[in-house]
Amino acid sequence: MPLQVMLFGRNGRKDSLAFENVRVLDPVHGIDEPLTVRVEGGVISALEPAGGSTEEGKVLAPAFVDPHVHLRTPGREDEEDMGSGTRAAAAGGYCAILAMPNTDPVVDSAAVLGALVEEATRVAEVPVGFLAAISKGQQGAELTEMIELAERGAAGFTDDGRPVVAPGLVRRALQYSAAAGRPIAVHCEEPTLSRGGHVHEGLVSAEIGFGGYPSVAESVMVGRDLALAAYEERPLHLLHLSARESVEELRRALEAGVPATAEATPHHLCLTDEAVRSLDPNVKMNPPLRAEEDRKALVEALRDGTIGAVATDHAPHARHEKEVPFEEAPFGVTGLETAFSALYTQLVEPGVVPLVTLLERLSAGPARIYGLEPPTIAVGAPANLVLLDLEAVWHVDEGGFKSKSANSWLLGSQLRGRVLQTVAAGKLVYSA
Amino acid sequence: MADVRPLLRSELLPPKTSARRHLISIADLAREDVERLLALSRTFARSLERDVKKLPTLRGRTVVNLFFEASTRTSSSFELAAKRLSADVMSVKSSGSAVEKGESLKDTLLTIGAYDPDVIVIRHAQIGAPHFAARFTDAHVVNAGDGKHQHPTQALLDLYTLDEELGGVDGLHVAIVGDVLHSRVARSNVQALVLMGARVTLVGPPPLIPRGIEAMGCQVSYDIRDIKEADVVYVLRMQRERMVEGANYVPSLREYTARWGVTPERLRPGQRVMHPGPMNRGVEIDPAVADAAESLVERQVRSGLVVRMAVLYDLLTQGPVEVKVAEIEEVA
Repeated sequence: MPLQVMLFGRNGRKDSLAFENVRVLDPVHGIDEPLTVRVEGGVISALEPAGGSTEEGKVLAPAFVDPHVHLRTPGREDEEDMGSGTRAAAAGGYCAILAMPNTDPVVDSAAVLGALVEEATRVAEVPVGFLAAISKGQQGAELTEMIELAERGAAGFTDDGRPVVAPGLVRRALQYSAAAGRPIAVHCEEPTLSRGGHVHEGLVSAEIGFGGYPSVAESVMVGRDLALAAYEERPLHLLHLSARESVEELRRALEAGVPATAEATPHHLCLTDEAVRSLDPNVKMNPPLRAEEDRKALVEALRDGTIGAVATDHAPHARHEKEVPFEEAPFGVTGLETAFSALYTQLVEPGVVPLVTLLERLSAGPARIYGLEPPTIAVGAPANLVLLDLEAVWHVDEGGFKSKSANSWLLGSQLRGRVLQTVAAGKLVYSA
Repeated sequence: MADVRPLLRSELLPPKTSARRHLISIADLAREDVERLLALSRTFARSLERDVKKLPTLRGRTVVNLFFEASTRTSSSFELAAKRLSADVMSVKSSGSAVEKGESLKDTLLTIGAYDPDVIVIRHAQIGAPHFAARFTDAHVVNAGDGKHQHPTQALLDLYTLDEELGGVDGLHVAIVGDVLHSRVARSNVQALVLMGARVTLVGPPPLIPRGIEAMGCQVSYDIRDIKEADVVYVLRMQRERMVEGANYVPSLREYTARWGVTPERLRPGQRVMHPGPMNRGVEIDPAVADAAESLVERQVRSGLVVRMAVLYDLLTQGPVEVKVAEIEEVA
C-alpha cells in the first residue's frame, strides 16, 4: 500500500477569505472565467459567477509547488533556514516545497529527518516535504534505510548536488525504493567529463578560458539512468535538465514507455551561457547555463509536457562566498521569489508558452511527480491559491528578498508579473 | 515556437557610470585604440634612445603592481615602465602578504584602494580578478594576466614587435602552437591579431585546442607540418600548473615534444619565431630555435617596456594621440 506523502508545516489558523470578481485560471479543471472564490476555514467553500467587472491583469490560480529547494538546514542556517526559506516560498506563490537532503549533516537517517520534520512543524510558513539521500552521506556507496525514511516522511530519494556515479547503486536504489513506495531523483553528471568545468563547454568558454562542463557530461548519465529505469520499470525523476541532448534522451524513453519525469529551472529556461560573459558569480550554477539551442529545447519540452515541472533549484549562498572571482565561487542561485515573474516575462509575455501551461508546470506538474495532491480550485479543496498581478512591473534588487541570501541571477533586472497573495494549506501566508 | 532572444544579464544591469578607463581585455579595444597605443609605444621607444631615459610625465601619480602569480617579465617591465615615467610605484606580491593569511581578494583590493592609487596593475590566477579591482577601487586597472582569460599587454607588445620587425600585421599569417586551452596569451593574441587583419592558425594536440575556438576567427590544425605555411610561429608554453590532475591532455611531455615541439626541421628558413616566456627549452621549443637569429623572443621583452609605458600613459591622460605624442616629445 502506498504511503501517504507528507508535508510538514506550522499548524496555524485556517483563514476565511474572499477573492471577488477575479479571473480564475485552473489548469487542472480547465477553468478560465471570472468568478468569486470564497474560502471558509481554510477550504474553498464556493465558486460563484462574478458579480461585477474583474480587475485587469489579476489572476487567481492554484498555488505553486517547488520540487527542488535547498533550505540549507541543518548546517548553513546563515544562508537559509526553515523560516526564511518558507517565507521566500510564500512570497514566490508557493503552497508547498520539497527540500533537498544535501545538508550538513546529510538527511540520510530517520533521526536527521525527524528533527527537520519537527522543526518544519514548528516554523515552516509553507508546508515542506523532505527528500532523503539515496546513499549514506551521499557518498555513493551504501543505500540509506529507505523504508524507515519513507515512514518518517521522506517524499523521495536523491543525492542531488552530486551524481550517483556507480550504475549498480542507481539500480539498487530503483529496486529498493519500490518497497519504500517513493521515487528516485537523479542529478545527472558524469564527473570525469565535468571535472574542472565552471561553465558550459562551447564558444563562450573557448573565448573566455573557463574550464568547460560539456552537455554530454549530463546526457550520458541521463541516458544511462533512463536505461536502468526502463530495465527496472521504476519511476525516475531527472533533476534540473540543461542540455538539448538530455531532452532528446528523455523523449525517446517516454516514447518507449519508461516512467520518467523531469524538471527544468527558470534560469535554464531564460538564460544562455552568453550571460557568463559578465563573469558574475550569480550566473554560476550546476548544471551550467548552456547554449541557445539547449534553452530552446528545454522551453519546447516544457511547453509540450516532456518536462512536466519547473523547479527553482533555489540555492542560497552567503554574500562573501559569491563575492569572489567566478571560478572560486560556489555553484547555485536563488529562485523561489522570482520564478513566476521571470518565466512570465520571458516565456508568456512574448507568446512562447501559454499562461495556463506555465501555471500547470509550476503547480500540478511538480506535485504529481512526488504523488502530492495537485493544488486546484474546486469547492471542498484545501485553499492553495496564488493571486497574481500580470500587469505589475517590478525591479529586482538585493534588499527585496525574504530569503536570507540574495544570490539571484535577476539582480538589477525589471520583471513583469508579480505574486500579490499566497494561500497555503488554508492560510494566507503572503500579501505583497 | 516564436523566436525569443534570451535575457542577457549585461542587458539587465544598469549601464556603468564610471568614466575611468581600464585595460582588461583586448575584446574591449577597437582598431583605433590599438593603433593609438602602438603609436605611443613608438614615441616612447624614441625617448628611450636618449641618455636620460626618465620622463617626468606621470610625476605625482601612483602605480601599484599587485601580483598574485609568479612573474618576471611582466612585473619587472611594468615596474620599470612606471619608473621611466616618474610615477611612484609600489609592488605587492601575494607571497609574504596578508593573502597568505587567507585575506580575500576583495579585502586586499580595498586595502590597496585606500591608498588612492591612480593605476592598479593586477595579475591573478582567477578569471575576472581585474574586474574585481575595477569594482572595488577607484583606480584605472590594467590586467597583467587573469587565469586563462586575458593578457592584453602581452598581445599589444607582440603586435608592436611584429609591426617593428615585419613592417605590419595586416595580412600576416601567424601560427600559434601548443597549449591553447590554458593560455591567456593565445586568447588575447587571437583577438588582437584578428582585429589587426592577420590570419591565425592554432596548432596543437586536439585536447589542448578548445572546442569551438574557430568562432574567434581563427583556423585550427592538429598537424605540426602546417606551421611551415605561416610567416610567424608563435610558440606557447605547456602550462602544467593549470592542468587538471589526471586529465590526460597529452600522454606524456615526451610524446608532445616529438609531435608538436618546434624544432629547426619543422621551420622554413627565415621563419620568425615568438614565445611569451618563460620557455621550457626542449619541451615546446628546441633550444636551437630559441637561440636562432630568427627568434624574436628578446625583442618581445624589449617591446614590453615601451608598450607598458604607452598603456600607463594612455590611461592617465586624455586627448587624441597627436596631442599625446607631441607632449611626450616636448618633455623628452
